[in-house]
Amino acid sequence: MANLLNEENKKQIRDFLKPMKNPITMVLFTKEGSCQTCKETKQLLSEVETLSDKVNVEYKDLNQDSALAEEYGVTMAPSFVVLDAQGMYKGVKFNGIPAGHEINSFLSALIDMSGHDFGFDKKVLERLKKIDKPVNIKVFITLSCPHCPGAVQNAHRLAMLNENIEGEMIEAQTFAELSNQYDVSGVPKIVINDKHELMGNQPLESYLDTLEKL
Amino acid sequence: MFDFNVETTKESSVFDETGLWDFLIIGSGPAGFNAALYAKRKGLSVGILTDEIGGQLHNTTTVDNYLGYSLIDGADLSAKFLDHINTLAIPILKNIRVTKLKKDNQDFELGISDGRTLKAKTVLIATGGLPRKLDIPGEEAYANRGVSYCATCDAPFYKDKHVIVAGGGNSAAEGVIDLAAWANKITVVHRSQWRADEILLEKLKDIPQLSVHLETEIKAVLGDKRMTGVAVYDKLKKKTYEIAAEGLLIEIGNVPNSNLVFGLAKTNDKGEIIVGANQMTSVAGLFAAGDVTTQPDKQIIISTAEGAKAALAANQYLNKTYKERR
Repeated sequence: MANLLNEENKKQIRDFLKPMKNPITMVLFTKEGSCQTCKETKQLLSEVETLSDKVNVEYKDLNQDSALAEEYGVTMAPSFVVLDAQGMYKGVKFNGIPAGHEINSFLSALIDMSGHDFGFDKKVLERLKKIDKPVNIKVFITLSCPHCPGAVQNAHRLAMLNENIEGEMIEAQTFAELSNQYDVSGVPKIVINDKHELMGNQPLESYLDTLEKL
Repeated sequence: MFDFNVETTKESSVFDETGLWDFLIIGSGPAGFNAALYAKRKGLSVGILTDEIGGQLHNTTTVDNYLGYSLIDGADLSAKFLDHINTLAIPILKNIRVTKLKKDNQDFELGISDGRTLKAKTVLIATGGLPRKLDIPGEEAYANRGVSYCATCDAPFYKDKHVIVAGGGNSAAEGVIDLAAWANKITVVHRSQWRADEILLEKLKDIPQLSVHLETEIKAVLGDKRMTGVAVYDKLKKKTYEIAAEGLLIEIGNVPNSNLVFGLAKTNDKGEIIVGANQMTSVAGLFAAGDVTTQPDKQIIISTAEGAKAALAANQYLNKTYKERR
């Protein structure tokens, strides 16, 4: 397959990833047979791996490595998680290829996981610390949606700061059946613990308001 | 194959909240960004407070009327603006909303959604607009169950479906163009005549699956679990009928995002903030620029220019009126 990233993209991404502090590891799960965008996602991750010495990728098979998939709560393919320098899973997951506008939430996740401070206000951090129930945040997106990367970034940052929270991007076209199940026909659509819905890119406080009510 | 819309620069997350700012800008669309540029060059301490970088630029797939760019993505233009701002190290506080604004003696106090309070000598409201709603039965019930306000975001959900587009301006015409790659049938329903630019109307002629119902009002969105159609009224034939469709894209312009100044600065009957020739509102030291003001033509280049005017006027105000009153 030809390269997914052109020379300009590569230069942009190389420059973008320069401030990464610690190394990170992505663990990608694909599967044999029919798998929409598995091949492309694998290629994208491998191309990005060559653009920073702090980015590592491990390639797994959803069926053969089922125990590991279960550990990360991965049930679909393609799906990948981003681990920190200690190899810890902090609840940052992408289901489907983060191409189009979504490349931005993908790159942010790498920088953030490498140990960058997000500049959150201390009041936000205090509220976040108090969330003690398990939280799953699904953010449904399309690759043509400019408002979506912000919503995904928020979900992932919340996950990185509180071990009870998991944030996952779901590319709505690749996972059309799941999107139908959650009645998605507009994005970004944020679904918290399969019950509470937020529409559009919301400020952090809207997420916190919902999380505090769980 | 896939495109990659990389936004190369990121906003500064360092935001000094101590002390009194010269100029705080609420909003980071064309007006807010350009005001920041001009204010920083004048030596003012300036910061941007924003919900989402780029504002309404992100609702536009392509821009082809901004001088210097024959064709550019709205998001790419926003990224270029941000690039420029970042060269001047202007702090940006992102992902927040300003929830309170009050004037205390000479200065302004801003309450931020994350709990902090900021103070400034002058403030610019550059909060743009929010999508205007039809305000008809069924619109809210079927929001995101067929009803959409963002063509570029939601077009893929309309693959091989019939979509109604409400509106007759440039945004509606651009919405049709965005949908053309996905929908198998598109019907424009507009209560009067086209107002879109001729150059866009020409492009619509190449879309075979498009039909147009002018002088026709949408009266209700119909459906069960999801939207199934709309009820319309033909004003010329004085006839009501239904059109079956799976989607409704509403592109009928914007309402000003001016709630923050209600009770503080004067607005007109549409809620637009009334400004003078130098972008100052009815409150000394409080400025407004872009789509949130009474300026009738909501265009990127006009908002950009208003941002510059506001920053220069704020600088002048700080050097004269503000000092004299102190």
